[in-house]
Amino acid sequence: MGKTIQEIEKKAFADIEKASGVAEVETLSTRYLGRKGELTTFLRNISKMDVSERPAAGQDANQLKLKLDGAFKAAMDRLSEADGDDAFIDVTLPGRPVAKGTLHPVTQVTKEISDVFLRLGFDIVEGPEVETDYYNFEALNIPKYHPARDMQDTFYVSDSILLRTHTSPNQPRVMERVEPPVRMIAPGKVYRCDSDLTHTPMFHQVEGLMVDKNISFGDLKGTLTTFIHQIFDADTSLRFRPSFFPFTEPSAEVDIRCVMCKGKGCRICSRTGWLEVLGAGMVHPAVFENVGYDTDVYTGFAFGMGIERIAMLKYGIDDLRKFFENDMRFLGQF
Amino acid sequence: MKVSLSWLNEYASINSDPEEMAAKLTMAGLEVEAFNSRFDYLDRVVVARVEEVVKHPKADRLNCCRVNVGEEMLSIVCGAPNVKEGMLVPCARIGAVLPGDFKIKKGKLRGEVSEGMLCSASELKLDADTSGLMPLDSSLVPGTPLVEALNLSDTVFEIDLTPNRPDCLSMIGVAREAAVFQEPSVELTLPETVLPQERAAVSINDLARVDIRDPELCPRYCASLLVDVTVGPSPFWLQQRLEAVGLTPINNVVDVTNYVMMETGQPLHAFDFDLLAQNRIEVKTAGAVTRFTTLDGKEHPLEPEMLMICDGEKPVAIAGVMGGENSEISAGTTRVLIESAYFNPVSVRKTAKRTGIGTDASHRFERGVDPAATKRVLERATALMADFSGASIAGGIIDEHPQPCPGVEIRLNTDHLNRRLGTDLSAGEIKALLESVSFGVTQESETFLNVSVPTFRVDVTRPEDLSEEVARLWGYNNIKTSFPAVSPSRASLSPRLAFRDTVRECMTGFGFSEAVNYSFSSADSCDRLNLGADDLRRSVERLLNPISEDMSVMRSSLLPGLLETMKRNNAQQVDTLRLFEVGNTFIATEKGIQPNEREKLSALWTGSRVAPSWHTKAEACDFFDIKGAIEGLLSHLGVADVVFSRASKDDHPYFKQGVAAAVEAGGKTLGVFGQVDSTVLKNFGLKQEAFVFELDMADLLAAAPQSVTSTPLPKFPAISRDITLVVDRDVAAGAIMAQVDSFVKKETLVEDAFLFDVYEGKPLAEEKKSISLRIIYRSWEKTLKEKKIKGLHDRISKSLIEGFGADLPA
Repeated sequence: MGKTIQEIEKKAFADIEKASGVAEVETLSTRYLGRKGELTTFLRNISKMDVSERPAAGQDANQLKLKLDGAFKAAMDRLSEADGDDAFIDVTLPGRPVAKGTLHPVTQVTKEISDVFLRLGFDIVEGPEVETDYYNFEALNIPKYHPARDMQDTFYVSDSILLRTHTSPNQPRVMERVEPPVRMIAPGKVYRCDSDLTHTPMFHQVEGLMVDKNISFGDLKGTLTTFIHQIFDADTSLRFRPSFFPFTEPSAEVDIRCVMCKGKGCRICSRTGWLEVLGAGMVHPAVFENVGYDTDVYTGFAFGMGIERIAMLKYGIDDLRKFFENDMRFLGQF
Repeated sequence: MKVSLSWLNEYASINSDPEEMAAKLTMAGLEVEAFNSRFDYLDRVVVARVEEVVKHPKADRLNCCRVNVGEEMLSIVCGAPNVKEGMLVPCARIGAVLPGDFKIKKGKLRGEVSEGMLCSASELKLDADTSGLMPLDSSLVPGTPLVEALNLSDTVFEIDLTPNRPDCLSMIGVAREAAVFQEPSVELTLPETVLPQERAAVSINDLARVDIRDPELCPRYCASLLVDVTVGPSPFWLQQRLEAVGLTPINNVVDVTNYVMMETGQPLHAFDFDLLAQNRIEVKTAGAVTRFTTLDGKEHPLEPEMLMICDGEKPVAIAGVMGGENSEISAGTTRVLIESAYFNPVSVRKTAKRTGIGTDASHRFERGVDPAATKRVLERATALMADFSGASIAGGIIDEHPQPCPGVEIRLNTDHLNRRLGTDLSAGEIKALLESVSFGVTQESETFLNVSVPTFRVDVTRPEDLSEEVARLWGYNNIKTSFPAVSPSRASLSPRLAFRDTVRECMTGFGFSEAVNYSFSSADSCDRLNLGADDLRRSVERLLNPISEDMSVMRSSLLPGLLETMKRNNAQQVDTLRLFEVGNTFIATEKGIQPNEREKLSALWTGSRVAPSWHTKAEACDFFDIKGAIEGLLSHLGVADVVFSRASKDDHPYFKQGVAAAVEAGGKTLGVFGQVDSTVLKNFGLKQEAFVFELDMADLLAAAPQSVTSTPLPKFPAISRDITLVVDRDVAAGAIMAQVDSFVKKETLVEDAFLFDVYEGKPLAEEKKSISLRIIYRSWEKTLKEKKIKGLHDRISKSLIEGFGADLPA
């Protein structure tokens, strides 16, 4: 019986340690791994062993063979560098490709928006996409046959069930559940029965709501200004102008200085220099009454924005429909 | 709504230039979407001097003219009778587009070249005169643009009015806002109506009567009567104004009703009095009458509760919506009854919605007109109509007013207002602001104001509404920015949201890109997926009013969306795709109840396994690529006790037979995956193999551990031993692994086991395969000796050999 595998291993590594030149390593490599090398011989002799010992011996020998291969290569490298003999690879050849996937731009922007509001102490909530007429309209001070219903073309599933036209139903849903103070945003899909160059029947919004004692319109301005400065540039100017939403009073549209032309006037901002990015306002007392909040004690503000709209401005995307075609050449850009 | 600046100027002198005006209106809450010069169409029309007039050689009525347009001379053929040498006239040059989309092109008129057109006033919509060329003042310089020469200017603003401001659906309403926001603000001049002293010998009360049967739906109805009416065209200036705001002039009777509506916001209707049976008006619901033909000639079905204006026998108008064909003003009309009424906004809106008729009148009524203006506006219209149609006004006016509208009084706490806005305005300042837009204000104390709301401001009913008035008058941008004083919050992502982020990031890490498809699906998606008749996913929620048939139901699976995305990409020559989507699916429950929304994670892999490069040849992906993605995901999420089993084609008919599996964890199925069946590929118009999975996000979250506990690292080396088993080909590797895993669980020295090779082919028999496993042994107390594990390893080997009828390799 020859050497044990442990003996071969110990001796081989000692030899490699001592070797002082490339030629010597080559000789050693032949001595252990060559056709008549010690390890090769050991492997060949396994068939002569007792059946019960064979698998273990074979496995050990094979593992050592791998180890020694690596050790000889490393020794060659070490010594050939010492010999001043440069190894050559064409470093300009492309590396092995690593697969990389991308998050949808709507997801990325939603996350950015959420992150800003998380830092401001807002919770993130979600609600159903197929909503009741009550939460989508009635609870938000939009009774049946109110002209404000014309502002949003609604998909209906039945008389009283519809696809939510905005993320605002999350306002009454949250307020019914918790007492003030409330600080929340609610991102999600919304649906409008509208499809043309600038409208898709589905898009994404983020709703925001803050209710407490002494919340003012000035606070709304401050919060949204902070938000815009974090999402766009810290020097983006904003303007608030009167508007109408049945569930806020006063209501405001928030415009930002056109991010494309910096206010000079261009195609994107219809030459006005301003871009409409947010709808907002102080929560209407009727909404508080519907959820049982005391209107003498609490005030609050709410806001909403279209996520695709923000994404289009941030990334310079010119066609809303691209978001839902999922062309890999588009998705891969983000 | 369109608003003409020259018309506004009638009520308030607006000094700002159009751009500034647009900005001011926008900041007042009347968003100006666009503004244009009304005379843009005169762009290529210039002053021209006719230098030479020669008879057309081939046409008696035509002349060939040489015309001086400043820098050049043009040849123009002209048919106007009054053309003569030396006169100055408007000339439309080549490229001009005149009213009626009349394009001026270079051409030949009976053989003679004509390089433009000399115009009459009517062709330029500057006057009604059609008799000949429009003569221009001889002091004008040829070549001068006509707009400049005649000093024509009017701006038309396009205002996107919010539904709360019906008071601004009129020139006076917009003028009121414009006047306040002028700097300095200007006074509003309202038109004064003086009915002529001279009246017809008859009184309206002798000839007509009005009965309101439903005062809830019609709180007020006024009527006047004109006799000896001559129907004809309106004065040119009136036609001009109507056209400027987008209305079409019809005749002097109808035009006056429209003009006064645009001026005041109160819709009016004119009936041919002689077509009203029994010369009476009855305001009542449609009741048993089921059909009605409106004046546009269309017949509409009626519902019993729709409010109608009826004569002694039949309906003659849909109240507040549209008049009827049966009582329409015609050329022969001689007596006209003018209606000015206040209708219940909800009733008008319901009727307009049900009949599908939306008119300028219904638009105003459903938003709410000024309930106090009914009679005043009627007098205005009556006077104008008498003037323009040469009619006499019958004595008296009918004013049925069964339900007077009480005015709105609000007691305003200015502290509350300041707190709501974040302002510091005194009661006096607030009073002044409100008074500037016609609110009546008396100061009760330092903190209380009694505010009486003008009747046209139907949107203002409570103190918060006044806060908006004050805010916009003070200027939103003058309100100081502040930050809410808030307590620190425990805001953090909910586990569900954080989990979704983790899943998404894991999938992108595996090279999958995120898709977002519409939640709508085609009604036949389930058929295209080969779903069985009782598959739950067939319980789709259907839309009552879909955009199109292929978006008519809510999706019950994400797979159709991904397959369609694959098709779109393949069409763009993008053949390799790794896509995933996280989104809701919808399963209908009962009618009138919201569907079940389940969030799913689906993925699709088609094309190559790795991007082709010089290192590796392109190789098509297969079942084990998509399985690897699932295993990687589950491992990343820490899901334990994962079991894969063959999925039956009966349950999942969209998979290829035999190449589909279900994955479960802790005994609960998370989802299925596999190769898309070729018939399904065909149904979706796809030509290449695709592998997909769909997992339930809530089940996945439930299977993932809430937290991770670290385990200590071993101090002693491990020993590994391999076993190769030759088994029948249909023995599942998973079953063998499960048996080995049972040893991992119960034997402390067995640390881990995994499969590292599968082989079929020679020298194995045809129905056989070999499976090689590696088992890792380790002790936590000491370095293991070979002998120590031998017995254990033999026991494992034996159990596998016996359990699966295996042989050791020869």
